[in-house]
Amino acid sequence: MDGSPPQPMSPHSGSNTQDPPGRVPRRVDSITDLIGNTPLVRLGRIERECPGVELWAKAEYCNPGGSVKDRAALRIIEDARARGDIKPGMRLIDSTSGNTGVAYAMVGATFGIPITLVMPENVSAPRKQVTTAYGVEIIYSSPFEGSDGAIRLAHKLVEEHPDRYYYPDQYSNPSNPLAHYHGTGVEIWEQTGGRITHFVTGIGTSGTVMGTSRRLHEYSTSVRCIGIQPDDAMHGLEGMKHLPSSIVPKIYDENVLDDTIWMTTEDGWDMAERLAEEEGLFVGHSSGGNVAGALAIARELSKRGQSGVIVTILCDRGDRYFAPMKWEKDYVW
Amino acid sequence: MANVLIPTPLRKFTKGAEEVSVSGANIGELLTNLETNFPGIRARICDDKGKVRRFVNVFVEGEDIRFLDNLETAVKDADEVSIIPAIAGG
Repeated sequence: MDGSPPQPMSPHSGSNTQDPPGRVPRRVDSITDLIGNTPLVRLGRIERECPGVELWAKAEYCNPGGSVKDRAALRIIEDARARGDIKPGMRLIDSTSGNTGVAYAMVGATFGIPITLVMPENVSAPRKQVTTAYGVEIIYSSPFEGSDGAIRLAHKLVEEHPDRYYYPDQYSNPSNPLAHYHGTGVEIWEQTGGRITHFVTGIGTSGTVMGTSRRLHEYSTSVRCIGIQPDDAMHGLEGMKHLPSSIVPKIYDENVLDDTIWMTTEDGWDMAERLAEEEGLFVGHSSGGNVAGALAIARELSKRGQSGVIVTILCDRGDRYFAPMKWEKDYVW
Repeated sequence: MANVLIPTPLRKFTKGAEEVSVSGANIGELLTNLETNFPGIRARICDDKGKVRRFVNVFVEGEDIRFLDNLETAVKDADEVSIIPAIAGG
């Protein structure tokens, strides 16, 4: 309370030198400095169903762009800049079901990189509104062809205008899983004090599950790493991919995983509701699917009288999915 | 008959067809006839009670049937009926 002005900070040193490790810094030079180092939240009430097993969730919605995708977008853009891939006058273009688009938009704004996003026309209205707010260009692909239609349209646009676009392709870009190898995986190991026994999360681009699982397996081969996929091609776990009926991302390697859980949309949606009502966590459907998968493993362990420390991911908040109100029925999809 | 636009995840039932013609005076009848023509497809759109699943959106001429009369929503000849799922990952 001495009224002295804030200490000047050296560029890019981060302001967290006086903050305890793992805490959100009180001052940063750029919004992108707040990406990562997300808290781990114990699901203490849902956990009561599986005595002896701990359930923890990595609150990735705490990233400044609102989702786990901030990590991949930052690393993809940083690595591309370091290599000099983004030439002056070029726009970064990628296909996305939404959250990566918000992340690219935010990170792109801080680096002054113009962004073009290809999204299926039926992405939720909030996603369109949020990305538009950052000043990006959106090109819509067919609502009948989902994210694979967006991938094909992005390929086509880049082929037609190779000088206009830099195309990182998040589904094939090693920087995507590396963000989690160097970030999420290390953080989870430290946050659980190395006690983690199971890591389980859904597959979208597969960047999170690939990078995090590789790192955790390096720490200990006994950590079980499990991917979650929707149980059917026709599903409502927005953000997750049913690989048997989809373009399989190049960065996906099934050998990294110890197992796969096939999740029903209903179980994922029901768990998303439970998380809000019982844990105070209002999260999206993919997070619901992730916790439902984690709970299924926890119940099995508990039934066998085994203990465990299970970690999953809360990808984004539920407000990214608000359905339009009746009086808004003429909203643009 | 209405023109029903089929999303990719359901085209395995329609032998790859993106658009099929189906009769029915309302969406309920249309879905029943869709099932007759393409067995197995209805269970992907409707739950055990016959209601359209929460994550599936059905549009008649661009209007969401949730905001019309749901399964009783009338379908006229040559109307365009769209079945749209949620978005897969990335």
